[in-house]
Amino acid sequence: MTQSSLISTHGLSKEYPGVKALDSVDFDLRAGEVHVLFGENGAGKSTLISLLAGANTPTSGEIRMNGAPMTLESVSEAQERGIFTVFQEFSLIPTMSVAENIFLGREPKVGPLVNHRQMRREAARMLAERGFDIDPTAMVAQLPRAQQQMVEIAKAFHGDVSVLILDEPTASLSNREVDHLFDFVLRMKAAGIGIIYISHRINEFARIADRVTVLRDGAKIDTVAMDATSDGELIAMMAGREISDVYPAIAHNPGEVVLEVEGLEAWGVHGVDLQVRRGEILGVAGLVGSGKSRLFRAIAGVNETRAGRVRFQGRDITGHNTRAVMQAGLYYLTSDRKTEGLILPAPATDNLAIDLMMGICANGPFQRHRAINREMGRIFDHVELHQHYRNRTIAQLSGGNQQKVLFAKSFCHGSELYILDEPTVGVDMGTRAALYRLIAELAEAGKAVVVISSDLPEVMNLANRVVVMANGHVSAELSGDRITETEVLKYFFQETGADA
Amino acid sequence: MSTATKTSFSPLGIVRTIFLRVGVLPFLLAAALIVFSLTSQAFLSTQNLLNVGRQSVYLILVSLGQMLVLISGGFDLSVGMVIALSSVISAMTMVAMAPMFPEAVWLVIVLGALAGFAVAAVIGLINGVGVAFFGVSPFIMTLGVSSAGAGVALFLTGGVPVSDLPFEFGNLFGFGRVFDIPVPVLIAIVFIFLMWIYMAHMRNGAQIYAVGGNIKAANLSGIDTRRTLIRVYVMCALMAGLTGLLLTARVETGDANMGSSMALESIAACVIAGVSLRGGIGRVENVVLGGFFIILVQNGMNLAQISSYMQMVVLGSLLILAVVFDQMRYRMIMGLR
Repeated sequence: MTQSSLISTHGLSKEYPGVKALDSVDFDLRAGEVHVLFGENGAGKSTLISLLAGANTPTSGEIRMNGAPMTLESVSEAQERGIFTVFQEFSLIPTMSVAENIFLGREPKVGPLVNHRQMRREAARMLAERGFDIDPTAMVAQLPRAQQQMVEIAKAFHGDVSVLILDEPTASLSNREVDHLFDFVLRMKAAGIGIIYISHRINEFARIADRVTVLRDGAKIDTVAMDATSDGELIAMMAGREISDVYPAIAHNPGEVVLEVEGLEAWGVHGVDLQVRRGEILGVAGLVGSGKSRLFRAIAGVNETRAGRVRFQGRDITGHNTRAVMQAGLYYLTSDRKTEGLILPAPATDNLAIDLMMGICANGPFQRHRAINREMGRIFDHVELHQHYRNRTIAQLSGGNQQKVLFAKSFCHGSELYILDEPTVGVDMGTRAALYRLIAELAEAGKAVVVISSDLPEVMNLANRVVVMANGHVSAELSGDRITETEVLKYFFQETGADA
Repeated sequence: MSTATKTSFSPLGIVRTIFLRVGVLPFLLAAALIVFSLTSQAFLSTQNLLNVGRQSVYLILVSLGQMLVLISGGFDLSVGMVIALSSVISAMTMVAMAPMFPEAVWLVIVLGALAGFAVAAVIGLINGVGVAFFGVSPFIMTLGVSSAGAGVALFLTGGVPVSDLPFEFGNLFGFGRVFDIPVPVLIAIVFIFLMWIYMAHMRNGAQIYAVGGNIKAANLSGIDTRRTLIRVYVMCALMAGLTGLLLTARVETGDANMGSSMALESIAACVIAGVSLRGGIGRVENVVLGGFFIILVQNGMNLAQISSYMQMVVLGSLLILAVVFDQMRYRMIMGLR
């Protein structure tokens, strides 16, 4: 390696009480390269970039820029040195315009007054330069997420840039938007800027990456050139195991129909017909915004139903509220455990007690402490949540253990149909394997299971039947040999299938 | 709700554990006892402490209702107005009924009390429906209702206290004793016990914690969150209505200016006792102690001859201090430090 590094880290470590978030990592970024950081949630990617962005200070080790050691005390200090970061969580103010956001804190002025006209003109020019087609006078809250991200990028960028850090920039983008973003990244690269790119989407790497660094449990596993590696090798490095160990063999045994949906109209859902059977796992695939989650949120009574009919085990449950739908035997597991799944400041035990009280221990007006404790022990054992974590505050648990608590909640209601929305989002590979076994056991026990997921391998490996959604419609229903990645992807952008 | 803590036997560890479990109250209580016993000889006497206990009954009852609303994630600024309105309505009902049933004074008292509770329930229902169905923030909803209700109370009485209540009403509920224990204290003990059963051992109580902890998660756990919120506001108003009746019996008049400081004092009692302003956290037994603490501080300041104006300054400061400690405690619970 003769090329000199733009930025490099040497033995960089970050410790939190009881946790080594980053363990002696050596990393380097060259000018004009796209360097991907790859790893599971909690592997240390976010910690590493927070140190490079100046948002956090290391416990030990050093960061060098152009060979010279430096310390970064704040994000603004990093920006003065030309290091710009676009974090996953946007720093935009939703009630202000695009131009106001871009120039927040450094508004062009005429005397003491803000020069709005100049601000709009400048913002329009900056957006156009980066190839973003966005109205600078639009209110940020009214833009789609992809455009908000572009505003975030435009905002991050002022002055001289030498390092650009992008934290999961494509997580909520459609394919066309991803193309736009990649054009932009490649132009920046051509201009000699070093780009650190964090993503879970392994199929994107080949299009933009020069090198990939894999992190696991806070430590660096390896840095490899993109053209000298394969997807399989990267996944094996990330997980520390082969992918075939993760998914269990499932004996699907489709029986009677339990859920029948006819002509369902709801927010983001247009005229969907659907059936779910006992003993099967129905996979639901589609882009973010395709309606795959909204469809089932309407069925579960979380969102409103406008028209159509939902029958569950022969009963009409159209438009019933969540409580009624649950009592009928349908459980919806949310994709967002932090905002609508768990009570963060309470321990796991209290979180589960609530569901037991509403579910299988619901008899009478009193809390049946003894029955609740017995069932709680049984269910926590079943989801393999270690004794040690049961009395811990949810906020202090890892994503994987939080998800186990969320799964535990789903077993408290004696349900017949389980709708699992992104069941393994932000979960480490070990926990994933455990959750997949739970899902398999449900189907094998004759329950009906729906798995909604943006993770295509997950859908394909678990389901015996896959429904693809696009723009609020079912664009295809696939089963057997037709469940392949190419086949599924083909229907991601189609309104309706060939046979519809 | 209990919070996860590591057991530690160092002095600092014990302080930390108490703080995480109970909040700032034990430390404030110890400080108050030390300071006031130094400033006044009479403060620590049994007679004085019994006196404080008797006086704190009213605030404790209101605070228990306020606690329900706080745990559900809201707050109720209208409790003072409910006290005033239930006082006025019950007093006016008794005065109006007395000539109709001159032989049945207890019937008159019961009808008056029912009228007081009924108006309290209606106000609680209005608050609850506004918050649960129309999404009005609890701050605006209860503030608006408070103004409207106070207007009604003043309109009905013209600002003049309603007097000539049945003698038996004040004699029993204001000054009566059973087994040598003041009746208001007995009533408070009964309601403290009922409230403890409700929050610690009934499903409906646990649902309030869940709704305040995370209302969306509560919904997905099968809890009817709207019904829970309405129930909470109605129960809070009923507790305030009960307090209004007891105070009316004590002063033997219906008064539209009664309870004006109760909203602030009840929120202070709760927050000092570790009820989180974010909802989801709080315990009945601590709130009882919190109400007792506020009255104790007022009593200590009276004995130390601190003017009532300065007492307002102290109460306001205590409330803010309690919220600052609540923030600290929340961060410690969440592991953010």
